[in-house]
Amino acid sequence: MHDPHVLLRVISKFLIPIIALFALYVQFHGDYGPGGGFQAGVILAASVILYALIFGLDAAKKAFPPSWVRIGMTIGVLLYGGTGVVTWLLGGEYLNYSVLAHEASHGQHYGILAVELGVLVTVTTVMIAIFYAFGSRQPETDERDW
Amino acid sequence: MALMDYIPEWLLIHGPAVIIVLPLIMAAVTSILPGRKPAWFVAMLVTIICTVTAFAVAIYNLKTGVDVYPMGGWDPPHGISLLIDALNAPILVLITLMAVVSLVYALPATLAEVEPKKRAPYYAAFLLCVAGLLGMVVTGDAFNVFVFLEVSSIATYVLVAMGAARDRRALSAAYNYLILGSIGATFFVIGIGFLYMETGTLNMADMGRILADLDGGSRVAKVAFGFIVVGLGLKLAMFPLHNWLPGAYAYAPTQITMFLASTATKAALYLLLRFVFFVFDPDFDYVANVLQFLLVGLGVIGMLFASLQAIFQTDARRLLAFSSVAQVGYMLLGVGIATAASVTAGYLHLINHAIIKGGLFLAVGAMWYRFGITRTADVNGLGKTMPWTTAAFTVSGLSLIGVPFTAGFVSKYQLATAAAANGWWWAVFVIVLTSVLAIFYIGRLLLAAYFQDAPVMEDGQVCTRNEAPLLMLIPMWAMAIASVLIGTNILGASDLVVGASERAANLLLGLGG
Repeated sequence: MHDPHVLLRVISKFLIPIIALFALYVQFHGDYGPGGGFQAGVILAASVILYALIFGLDAAKKAFPPSWVRIGMTIGVLLYGGTGVVTWLLGGEYLNYSVLAHEASHGQHYGILAVELGVLVTVTTVMIAIFYAFGSRQPETDERDW
Repeated sequence: MALMDYIPEWLLIHGPAVIIVLPLIMAAVTSILPGRKPAWFVAMLVTIICTVTAFAVAIYNLKTGVDVYPMGGWDPPHGISLLIDALNAPILVLITLMAVVSLVYALPATLAEVEPKKRAPYYAAFLLCVAGLLGMVVTGDAFNVFVFLEVSSIATYVLVAMGAARDRRALSAAYNYLILGSIGATFFVIGIGFLYMETGTLNMADMGRILADLDGGSRVAKVAFGFIVVGLGLKLAMFPLHNWLPGAYAYAPTQITMFLASTATKAALYLLLRFVFFVFDPDFDYVANVLQFLLVGLGVIGMLFASLQAIFQTDARRLLAFSSVAQVGYMLLGVGIATAASVTAGYLHLINHAIIKGGLFLAVGAMWYRFGITRTADVNGLGKTMPWTTAAFTVSGLSLIGVPFTAGFVSKYQLATAAAANGWWWAVFVIVLTSVLAIFYIGRLLLAAYFQDAPVMEDGQVCTRNEAPLLMLIPMWAMAIASVLIGTNILGASDLVVGASERAANLLLGLGG
């Protein structure tokens, strides 16, 4: 069967891992330059959304099940909030990262990493949740309508 | 107090953060819990812990004075700080207590009012709303106020929309609220932006200090003040900006209506107090003008106009909602006169009205739960078919009117005294007149409930007694009894709230509180 989108499929298959990798770069480079959990989360979600646009919503839902979305949103918040709880347990104020390591500056570093990871997880899943919610509303576009 | 010995010291120090963090984290957990019961249980546990913490922190504050908690170990004014003082401690206790009371009611009510699939997320959204309200009251950072305002508002829009299982009009009411609420929040944040431009700080105490140094600041500060008053006016349903309120209150699930009526508008009013007296100062002439002409003027017009509108409502909950707008007018009048006595009265009415209106909404919700009653024309004979519910409604209703020995009388009397002491006899007249109007709209319901016969059903049977479940009666009677306790000063209830209000007013007006 003739596939009208073969070019799109090949190129996006090539691009999606790069987009995901770039998301991780933005995530971990957030300490030193522009970037951080929110931007990285949006970029990571964009890779899933691109997959859904090219290969269809059903394929995307198989690759990234909607049940993950709900759990992911929770895990992200818990990572962020949990970091604060850990600093409480270590005797500091809420979200005072300095107590996380022997040296205050290292503690600040670990703390911000953990918090940004929470932001990444939540933002990614929320973006995908919004896309799934809107995408599931209308009937799929017919192939001949292109 | 002996009870304080059981509170660990850690909780006293970290309490201001605990009451925000605990509901926020548990809201995330609650949203993925499988069923209704576990979600309710978690929500209940969290709000009870928050209530205990809020009480402990409030009492601790009474002993030690202003308590500043540096979030993340960054000291103010550079870091975000939470603070507890005489102004916000009573509001924190009020919000957490109302959350517990409304949750007791929610256990039977959500079965009828919320779709089965949405019941666990419903409690998650409720916890988020609680966290947002507590956050905007406890924080000492102006931008943080905006963030928490949005947290609570967005949760509220969702909760109002969940009333759609009962009445589809909840969706349009929620949308209306969403648009107007967002406009209000936008105005507020624009005002914060201008204030930041003027003072270069976001810490509210620091802002207040710098503005006082600048003697009120330039035109930027005036514009900021205007934006903030309008933004908060939308949130607290100041008279011409109240259009979102009747719909949202009428169609939300009962628990949410009760919780919003007794906390959401109150938290916004608290913020108005915080900004008018703490960040700005009534000594600045533009603030004084706004207080004297805008807040008093709109407050009085709102009292009269909304009371009249309440008389002509056919829907019982819309009637109570318009009455809420009128009651906000009393509080604005108290704030606007801006003497120690009047601010005390306004603050007192804030607390009392939360208790009164909470009880009324719960009673009306129970009438719907048993008989599907929403219209005022349908309450005939309820005195016989639901005697306990109607009795609770009566007590809270009398308190709303301001009959002696009820909470409403205490605060209205204080307000009238404060207005008279200022020589504003016309204001006293308006207070009395709107109380008479309240007799009309509450009395109309009471007359029908007690002196009309119970309706005859289609099969020719007269409606028999069908009392609300115990879990609904307990919270509505708790509200009714609280209102009588405050009115009669049994157990020192009146001294307690009046004392708290006086301390808040003294703090605001700088009388060494």
